[in-house]
Amino acid sequence: MSLRKFITNKTTAALAVLITVFANTSVFAQDAAAGAAAAPKVDMGEVYKSVIFYILVFLAVCLFIAIIGKAIRVYELSREAQGKSVGINWNRVHASLFALFLVIGLYGVYWEYTVHGAMLLPDAASEHGKKIDEMFNLTLIITTIVFVVTHILLFGFSYIYKYSAKRKAYYYPHNNTIEKIWTIVPALVLTVLVLMGFLTWRSIFFKVEDPNNKPLQIEVTSEQFKWSIRYPGADGIVGNKNYKLTTATNTLGIDFKDINSRDDEMADEMVLPVGKPIKLILTSKDVIHSFYMPHFRVQLNTVPGMRTIFEFTPTKTTAEMQQETNDPNFKYLFLCAKICGAGHYNMQKVVRVVSEAEYKTWIAEQKTYLNDDLRKQFNLPVAPAPVKSVADSAAKDSAAVKTNQMALNK
Amino acid sequence: MSTIALHDEHNHDHADHGHHKETLISKYIFSMDHKMIAKQFLITGIIMAVIAMGLSILFRIQLAWPDQNFPFLETFLGKWAADGRIKPDFYLALVTIHGTIMVFFVLTAGLSGTFSNLLIPLQIGARDMASPFLNMLSYWFFFMACVIMMSSFFIQTGPASGGWTVYPPLSVVAKAMPGSGLGMTLWLISMVLFVASSLMGGINYVSTILNMRTKGMDLWKMPLTIWAFFLTAILGILSFPVLVAGVVLMVFDRSFGTSFYLSDIVMGTDILPNEGGSPILWQHLFWFLGHPEVYIVIMPALGISSEVISVNSRKPIFGYHAMVYSLIGITVLSFIVWGHHMFVTGMNPLLGGVFMITTLIIAVPSAVKTFNYLATLWRGNIRFTPAMLFAIGLVSFFISGGLTGIFLGNASLDINLHDTYFVVAHFHLVMGSAAIFGMLAGVYHWFPKMFGRMMNAKLGYLHFWLTFIAAYLVFFPLHFLGLDGVPRRYYAFTEFEFMKKWLTVNVFVTWAAIMAALAQVAFLFNFFYSIFKGKVSPQNPWESNTLEWTAPVEHLHGNWPGEIPTVYRWPYDYSKPGHDADFIPQTVPFSQTMSSNLPHDFEGNAEAEKIQQDWELANPVAESKG
Repeated sequence: MSLRKFITNKTTAALAVLITVFANTSVFAQDAAAGAAAAPKVDMGEVYKSVIFYILVFLAVCLFIAIIGKAIRVYELSREAQGKSVGINWNRVHASLFALFLVIGLYGVYWEYTVHGAMLLPDAASEHGKKIDEMFNLTLIITTIVFVVTHILLFGFSYIYKYSAKRKAYYYPHNNTIEKIWTIVPALVLTVLVLMGFLTWRSIFFKVEDPNNKPLQIEVTSEQFKWSIRYPGADGIVGNKNYKLTTATNTLGIDFKDINSRDDEMADEMVLPVGKPIKLILTSKDVIHSFYMPHFRVQLNTVPGMRTIFEFTPTKTTAEMQQETNDPNFKYLFLCAKICGAGHYNMQKVVRVVSEAEYKTWIAEQKTYLNDDLRKQFNLPVAPAPVKSVADSAAKDSAAVKTNQMALNK
Repeated sequence: MSTIALHDEHNHDHADHGHHKETLISKYIFSMDHKMIAKQFLITGIIMAVIAMGLSILFRIQLAWPDQNFPFLETFLGKWAADGRIKPDFYLALVTIHGTIMVFFVLTAGLSGTFSNLLIPLQIGARDMASPFLNMLSYWFFFMACVIMMSSFFIQTGPASGGWTVYPPLSVVAKAMPGSGLGMTLWLISMVLFVASSLMGGINYVSTILNMRTKGMDLWKMPLTIWAFFLTAILGILSFPVLVAGVVLMVFDRSFGTSFYLSDIVMGTDILPNEGGSPILWQHLFWFLGHPEVYIVIMPALGISSEVISVNSRKPIFGYHAMVYSLIGITVLSFIVWGHHMFVTGMNPLLGGVFMITTLIIAVPSAVKTFNYLATLWRGNIRFTPAMLFAIGLVSFFISGGLTGIFLGNASLDINLHDTYFVVAHFHLVMGSAAIFGMLAGVYHWFPKMFGRMMNAKLGYLHFWLTFIAAYLVFFPLHFLGLDGVPRRYYAFTEFEFMKKWLTVNVFVTWAAIMAALAQVAFLFNFFYSIFKGKVSPQNPWESNTLEWTAPVEHLHGNWPGEIPTVYRWPYDYSKPGHDADFIPQTVPFSQTMSSNLPHDFEGNAEAEKIQQDWELANPVAESKG
């Protein structure tokens, strides 16, 4: 075998590349081994945090890539010297890489769906949430099918139709029928999704109130970086607020001239009776926050200067959910989902869904917002006025109170 | 016709004199040549992209290791990372400026500014832009906007930090967060300059495309890149002024005590005097720009990928007319979908239903575009140049990110997904990654046109595969955080029990992000090295049909020596049966390609059809061969 043949031989060249690569990696491996041997003496924690360490690692990687690049170049030049065409058929390389990417990628997607997909929120704990979950699942199925099929086509075509000097592409500028089909089919599928979404949306935000099952009003006020909860008291109505009345003692600016406010109660956590409609009245003192209760599929921004309202019905108690999720520490909670400042990442409150009876015991223990200081401020008699007399004083309100009490007693 | 002739003469004169007059300043700095301005936009865009990417790595480090300290952070960031840990306020500043730079400075100015400037005159056959001076101003306003935005890192209270959407009252009330002080003022000034820049650019692009096309270049012979830039410019012209209006009102609220966006606000116990405004108003004004803005970002990328995919598949783009009509459809619809950003912000729920319908309609033209890309690849003869790889990557991201848009556009599903990581994953794929890939495809494809040299293809391959894989590794898992109800813009996941299980995912995502960032070194090296040392480019390196490859490699003011070439055919005659080469440039008349002409080519011109028929009768062999 002549020397020239030996140099230009394909296998020899491939071997040369391998040897170069191997020689380099083994040098690095030795370095690493040396580093490992020295490890007990040095605290590597600091090293891992120093910038120099990473710059050196990066430079080593760059060097490695440069060596591979040179090796490829040498191989190509040798092929050229041999009079053969280009050394590496990059079109074939990329086509194969796309095919590989498709296979590994699809497996990756499957892995994500099964592993990370199993770490998600439990099934909705509210009535409307079930509808949302159903629609989510339908959308997920449709989009996953489209996702997989289009990617198989995209990478499949990339693999099959890679460049070949022998072939000419197929001149195919348009086909109106096909184009009509793939305009109309997505349009139809989307129409179905839109209709379902629209009806669900309407059923969430345009509820017809059942006079026999009036919702329990709860007001939530956000501020940097905490939530305040106000229960309506015996009258079932959350009273008026006026931000101008805000003081250090009356932090929410509750207007106690409004008799509905006088029995309003404060709470450290949100306790909800299961199966009963809840009407959340959301307000904000300072900036926009977002009241987000992921387990119940409830979210609405709290906006200063306006009240936003979300109605929903919890369907599972905390205890039931603890069983379902097999987690004795499971807690419902609500949190802030709209950027609101430095403390945005920690604005949470616990939500407890309990039976009607438990709720009644709990609510009886809560204190009213109105205290002696505020009574003085609003020129009200310091001795707590019985709620009933308040209710009698306004005929119009008393009717509302009665229905609400009825609703509460149900 | 006479106007074109006159114009030619004038510019030709100019080109002849130009060489004597050009100084360093007039050539490289205050240049009025569209090619130089394109390079200025591109290089500024790349620098801003590197900065914004660096910011993202900083906050990814915080998210991955929320309770470790990194001394080098303090070295770089000083008091904002005292003890090597980023502070919550500064974390928010990082995400805000990352978003602002990426959306506006990189993907709007860097993408649209670069390629509209470079390609519009070259692809329609014009000597330069309609108003070169305005074009120069456009760049310098953009440059000032960048400088002012970056300057906010050097002030006491730090940059704006209310998120890139700067919702009031958070961004208006200085007491709400440190970033809402001087930093926010600088943000607003920067944004006004930026919008001015965009408008000057946009007006220029539209008037150039409408008035300065060369002979024969009717609208339906324009490459899809030009259609995309044209519609993008229209979109920008109509929507950016609304943002300026909103910004001016915000300046008034912040500095002159008005109450457009403020009402009933109490900071602690401090009652603010503002009454009667509404924070929702800002959201309407912002998203009236903000939604078209995402199409301003993606449409040029789609235009570029249409061109790149067609050239490298050696096939005409499938459904050229459908591609144009879907771009037009996206343009029109994008003005009436802004409310889908506001489903749960307290906007009247009635509107939510309406916006959901319009939003899901816009998915139809997007689907048509995707299918047309796939049909273009079908039975092609695909050359995997780096540009082509990035264009295929774009299609993949556009599909992946577009499909999750169907979830978010559905108002009912948005209730639980709004402002979670699902949204982050969605737009980083469909708008971030897809548009960046479009931009990179454009850079690799037109680098020879810009600098007269070729980029190294192998480094391009490495760059593509690392970035493509890393981008999916970063953004795909984030969907699942969102589905678990993890909100975005959280400084740390440590305060919530249910988020702790995602901490390991965060570490993984951060490493993938670091890998993506390092992969860009391959690009940066390749880019700057090739400007000076790259292989000299041949006249038409990709064997492409469009007009820019008929201009000489060596740049000259006025683009073409002598007369501007005339255009005879559409730009997508690749692999036409009956023709010997697999491409026919737009400048080749039908009389020279008798063997490959199709009846369709003559657009109903009876005389031309007659000539073709006579020729075919006279040359039956050639016909049967075709």
